[in-house]
Amino acid sequence: MSDVPKIRLRGLRKAFGSKVVLDGVDLDVRAQHGMVVLGGSGSGKSVTVKCILGLIRPDSGLIEIDGRDVSAMSDRQRTEIMDRTGMLFQNGALFDSLPVWENVCFKLLAQKRISRAKARDKAAEVLAQVGLAASVGDLSPAELSGGMQKRVALARAIAAEPDILFLDEPTTGLDPIMGAVIDGLIVDCVKRLGATTVAITHDMASARRIGDDAAMIHKGKIIWTGPAATLGETGNAMVDQFARGNREGPIQMELRR
Amino acid sequence: MIHPLDALAAVGRSVLGTCRYTGEITIFAGNGFSHAVRPPLYWRLLWQAFVEIAFFSLPVVALTAIFTGMVLALQSYTGFSRFSAESATATVVVLSITRELGPVLAALMVAGRIGAAFAAEIGTMRVTDQIDALTTLSTNPVKYLVTPRLVAATIAMPILVAIADVLGVMGGWIVATAKLGFASNAYLVSTMDALKTEDVVSGLVKAAVFGFIIALMGCWHGYRSKGGAQGVGQATTAAVVSASIMIMALDYVLTELFFAR
Repeated sequence: MSDVPKIRLRGLRKAFGSKVVLDGVDLDVRAQHGMVVLGGSGSGKSVTVKCILGLIRPDSGLIEIDGRDVSAMSDRQRTEIMDRTGMLFQNGALFDSLPVWENVCFKLLAQKRISRAKARDKAAEVLAQVGLAASVGDLSPAELSGGMQKRVALARAIAAEPDILFLDEPTTGLDPIMGAVIDGLIVDCVKRLGATTVAITHDMASARRIGDDAAMIHKGKIIWTGPAATLGETGNAMVDQFARGNREGPIQMELRR
Repeated sequence: MIHPLDALAAVGRSVLGTCRYTGEITIFAGNGFSHAVRPPLYWRLLWQAFVEIAFFSLPVVALTAIFTGMVLALQSYTGFSRFSAESATATVVVLSITRELGPVLAALMVAGRIGAAFAAEIGTMRVTDQIDALTTLSTNPVKYLVTPRLVAATIAMPILVAIADVLGVMGGWIVATAKLGFASNAYLVSTMDALKTEDVVSGLVKAAVFGFIIALMGCWHGYRSKGGAQGVGQATTAAVVSASIMIMALDYVLTELFFAR
C-alpha cells in the first residue's frame, strides 16, 4: 500500500467575515481507513469536509487527494474526483421531488452508467444492502422515518461504489440501536467497497465503531490525532474531556447567562 | 459625532453593493443560460417546468386577461363617449392588450405564482443541503435546477401571452356587444384593422424577456437563500418583488425600443 495519504490537508484556513473557522488545519487520512473527526459544535468539522469536497473554497492551505493538489485541478478533474466520492449528509439531503429509487441511483443516472429502466433494479439491490425492502424505492423521502431516511441517504452515497466516503453525523437524531445499525451498515459497506471514510461525529460509540483513526478539532485547529480505539484514554485532557462528556476540564463552553 | 464623510461613505457602499448585486446576477444568468447550449440538457426537467408555467398558470392568466379586456372596453367607452369617439373602443382595447396589458399583467401573475414557487423550492433545497448534495452526485446544480427553468419560462411566457391577448380582446368584445351596443362584426373588423404585426410581436418579445426575468429572480433568490424557513420566506418575497419591479422597468425600456420615433 502506498504511503501517500488518501487525503492530505496542510494549513487549511477559512474565515466567514471576522469569524475564523479553520485556522491552519493539518490532517492525513490513510487510504482504506476510517478517519473520525471530532469536535464541538461550530468547531469547523463540517467546513473542513466541505472544503475537501469543493463545496466551500478555503482562504488558503493545501488539499491533496491521492497526492494531487485539488485547488490546481480543472473543473473536469474535480468532477472526476467527485465521481469517486460519496457523501452522507447530516439531514440526509434526499431530493424530495424524486422517489427513493431515483434518489439512490441519482449519480449512476447522472453519469449515464445505467439506464432508467435498469435503475429500479439497481436501487432495489442497494436498498437491500442497507436493510430496506425494494418496495421502499417507490416511496417519497417524506414518507420515510428518520432512520429510513439515513439508510436511503447511505444507499445513495454508496450506490456508485465510491472510494472515498464522507459521513456527516451519520447517527445524529437516531436512537442508540438504530445508530448501531447504521454504523454496522457503514462498516460493512466500507469493507466491501474498500473505501476510505471521513466521518464527522459527536457520538463516541459511533466514532469507535466506524473509525480506525480519530482527530479532534478545536478552535479551528487539529489538536490531536490517534487511534479511535483509545478515545477517552488518550492522555490529552481536551480529547478525554470531550470523549467522556465531562463538564469540567480545559474545554469551557461559552454560555451566556 | 457623525463625520460629514459618513453620509458619503454610506452612498458609496450602496452604489458598490448595487454594482456587486448586478454583477452577480449577470454572471448567474450567463452561467444558467450558457448551459442551455452545452449538453446534456435535462429535457424531463425542462418539460416539467414548462408544464408548470404554461399549463398550470393558464387559469389565472386567462381570468386576468378576460376581465382586463372587459374593464378596458367599459372604461374606454365611458371616456370616449364624452368626445363622441366610441368607435375607438375596439382599437384601444386591442392595442392596450397586445402591446402592454397582456404581457405585463400575465407576467405579474406568473411572477407571483412561478417566481415564488421557484424561489421556495430552490431555497428549501439550499437550506437542506440538497444543492450541495447535487454537487457531490456529479451534477452541476445550475445546469440541473436553473437552466431548465430559465429556458422553460422564456418559451412558455410568449405562449401564455398569445392566449391572454386573444382572451383579453374577447373580453372587450363580450362587453362591447352585450352591454355597449356594438355590432359584433363591426367591432371585430375595427379590431383587425387596428392590429398590426408589430403590436403582437412586441408583446411576445416582452413576454419572453419577462419570462426570463421571472425565472432568473426566482432561481437567483432561492439559490442564494440562507438560514432556515425565514431565509426561504425572505427569498420568496424578494423574488416576487424584484421580478415585479424589473418587469415594470423593462416594459418601459422595451416599449421605447419598439415604438419610440
